[in-house]
Amino acid sequence: MLSRVADRIFWMSRQMERAENMARILGVTSDLAVFGTREVQQQNLIAPLTITDTGEDFFARYGSLSLKNLIEFHALDAQNPSSIYSCLRLARESAHEVRWQITSEMWETLNATWIEMRGIRRERLDGAGATSFFDWVKERSHLFRGVTYGTIVRGEAFDFSRIGTFLERADNTARILDVKYHILLPSVADVGGALDYYQWTALLRSVSSFETYRTLYRDQILPIKVAELLILERRMPRSLAACLEQITIALGRIRGQQDAPAKRLASELNARLTHAHIEEIFQDGLHEYLEKCLEDFAALGVRIQRSYLGAA
Amino acid sequence: MERHHYDEMREPNGEVRPHFQPLADWLAETPAARVAEKRREADLLFHRVGITFAVYGDKQGDERLIPFDIVPRVIPKTEWEALERGLKQRVAALNRFLHDIYHDQEILKAGKISAEQVTMHDAYQPVMRGLDLPNGVYSHIAGIDLVRHEDGLWYVLEDNLRTPSGVSYMLENRKMMLRLFPELFARQPVQPVEQYPALLLETLRASAPPRLRRDPSVVVLTPGQHNSAYFEHAFLAQQMGVELVEGADLFVKDDYVYMRATTGAQRVDVIYRRIDDAFLDPQAFRPDSVLGVPGLVAAYRAGNVSLANAIGTGVADDKSIYPYVPEMIRFYLGEEPLLSNVQTWQCRDAEDLKYVLGHLDELVVKEVQGSGGYGMLVGPASTKAQIKAFRARLLANAGNYIAQPTLSLSTCPTFVKRGIAPRHVDLRPFVLSGKEVRLVPGGLTRVALKPGSLVVNSSQGGGTKDTWVVD
Repeated sequence: MLSRVADRIFWMSRQMERAENMARILGVTSDLAVFGTREVQQQNLIAPLTITDTGEDFFARYGSLSLKNLIEFHALDAQNPSSIYSCLRLARESAHEVRWQITSEMWETLNATWIEMRGIRRERLDGAGATSFFDWVKERSHLFRGVTYGTIVRGEAFDFSRIGTFLERADNTARILDVKYHILLPSVADVGGALDYYQWTALLRSVSSFETYRTLYRDQILPIKVAELLILERRMPRSLAACLEQITIALGRIRGQQDAPAKRLASELNARLTHAHIEEIFQDGLHEYLEKCLEDFAALGVRIQRSYLGAA
Repeated sequence: MERHHYDEMREPNGEVRPHFQPLADWLAETPAARVAEKRREADLLFHRVGITFAVYGDKQGDERLIPFDIVPRVIPKTEWEALERGLKQRVAALNRFLHDIYHDQEILKAGKISAEQVTMHDAYQPVMRGLDLPNGVYSHIAGIDLVRHEDGLWYVLEDNLRTPSGVSYMLENRKMMLRLFPELFARQPVQPVEQYPALLLETLRASAPPRLRRDPSVVVLTPGQHNSAYFEHAFLAQQMGVELVEGADLFVKDDYVYMRATTGAQRVDVIYRRIDDAFLDPQAFRPDSVLGVPGLVAAYRAGNVSLANAIGTGVADDKSIYPYVPEMIRFYLGEEPLLSNVQTWQCRDAEDLKYVLGHLDELVVKEVQGSGGYGMLVGPASTKAQIKAFRARLLANAGNYIAQPTLSLSTCPTFVKRGIAPRHVDLRPFVLSGKEVRLVPGGLTRVALKPGSLVVNSSQGGGTKDTWVVD
């Protein structure tokens, strides 16, 4: 497969996953907007900017922090490269370029999503409209992933699509957990302390894991268990362990000339997540652990680009 | 003003010609509503598949459908066979001409064409001098535009030897007709065209560097998705099962061409390029080209990669060289031309120019390097003011124009708002030259959808039809 084609398929899937994650983050932010003290509300509102590392751009152009501005910036702003609008546009553009290498259903899904996105006006995103918009984005992403899984031939196109999806998802889960954990439990000493049940529930819901938590732990919601679920639980499809497992499997099927560095790093990360214990992670510091994970995911992305996708 | 013209379906007395009879019967017995419904179905299918083309300068949007007419054009097999012989002869002579002008220039020495007219031509590429090509083929894929005049005879209107397009419509139109009207094909044996991509691939493989000792690796090189014919590039690559590449996907190392693949660099032996000469290689031609591949021409000259079509074919297909094609056939093949040229006045010649200026209201005047129906005057269809304005342009640069009689293109029954009515058509068959010269029976029929209009170009509202060669 041409490197350029693989690159567009990788990014097409990554952008769609990014749009979905953005919708999840904004969804939980809206849900929590009215809870807690003013300080807690502010922390909650600033979280999406911290997670996506876009605070500087936001304050330069919007000035004040409000839910309305935040949604505008993250959902509709064409100037923000990681807004849902931009992600859907970029995913569609990448697909357009490789529409002969993907299935027509995949292309039509992304094309129709983009056409509908273009018609969405900000008035629609007030109040309850916002929630249904976020649900729509998630549904379109589910649809795209399902269509991909159900139609594309098992080969490099499929593998690069999977790698793009799971690398983006791993990155996002790590960021959400890092930022939210920090807000909810400012210091490790607080673990087991006062617990805002609603906030933890919202965090779990944002990664579609509330029911999973109940099923797997049959217990009240404990912060350390939440972290374990999101980091190490292989059965939870948005956990870091599950994502790295999928990346390792997909990379294993691809043959490249100089791809040892990418494959080695993916296997190392996968092994590290397989054999870790959540208690040890907390002893060394959750924040430090997640930061290291984010660094490694970025390095893996660079190595994949270098090995297969033609980046210098 | 509607002139006398040749009706392909009916004799002058109104009787249906025998080869059109099955179709005429079917049209007569099928309710108009059903035909209309089929037509809507065709539109829908074309939209869904996304068979579109981009129109330059169209602000409405980048992509548009070329209108597809569901009434096929029928050509009897005996007539086609005569055309086929003429086309093969013509393309063989054109390839011989291209080889000659880049080698010993016998035809120029013999005084058949002035040397200046060839070697000073914009499309003449000195970089091709002395370079021997596999099978001596320059234009591997040629699109020859034919029209049928009021006398019922076929004439060559234009040779397209650079990167002719339209073959994807020929193939998609047939697919659409088979899908919509399978019963029609049962009434009459229609010669297949579906083998075109296989023949094209064979032609390209046969054009690989001869010293290659393995299966040649073939690619289609496109300027990218914003090009008007991108759909066709992607379509042909997919149908042949080869990679569709852009300039940035290729690189040259030690005079060999490689593509950047996930598995590393892969050698490329034959490039079916759909990029104009000027943009192929910034080191050899336009330095600002971002579409091309630096070093490609050096690799080509070293004999390590084949280009289809070759560089510098344009010198043989513009309207200033066109009048000499019959002479080329006599000169290289020692045969009389089987296909006729349209009478042509060259405005750089004082005598011819005088005649043209005196008959502007009857003639079609074209730029020698124009295409797509732009920049031309159709005398009989123009107002006095338009003719006057054109006269000024012509006088300012007479050498840039040729003139021909206004041909009355033949008509075929066509589905229009009020039912079925005759509309003017032309025909572009695609001639493939590798080890031998071959073509599939048929081609792209373009139809002017406006009543009386002679302009069939898709960029100016023309449509297409399926073309049937029948026994």
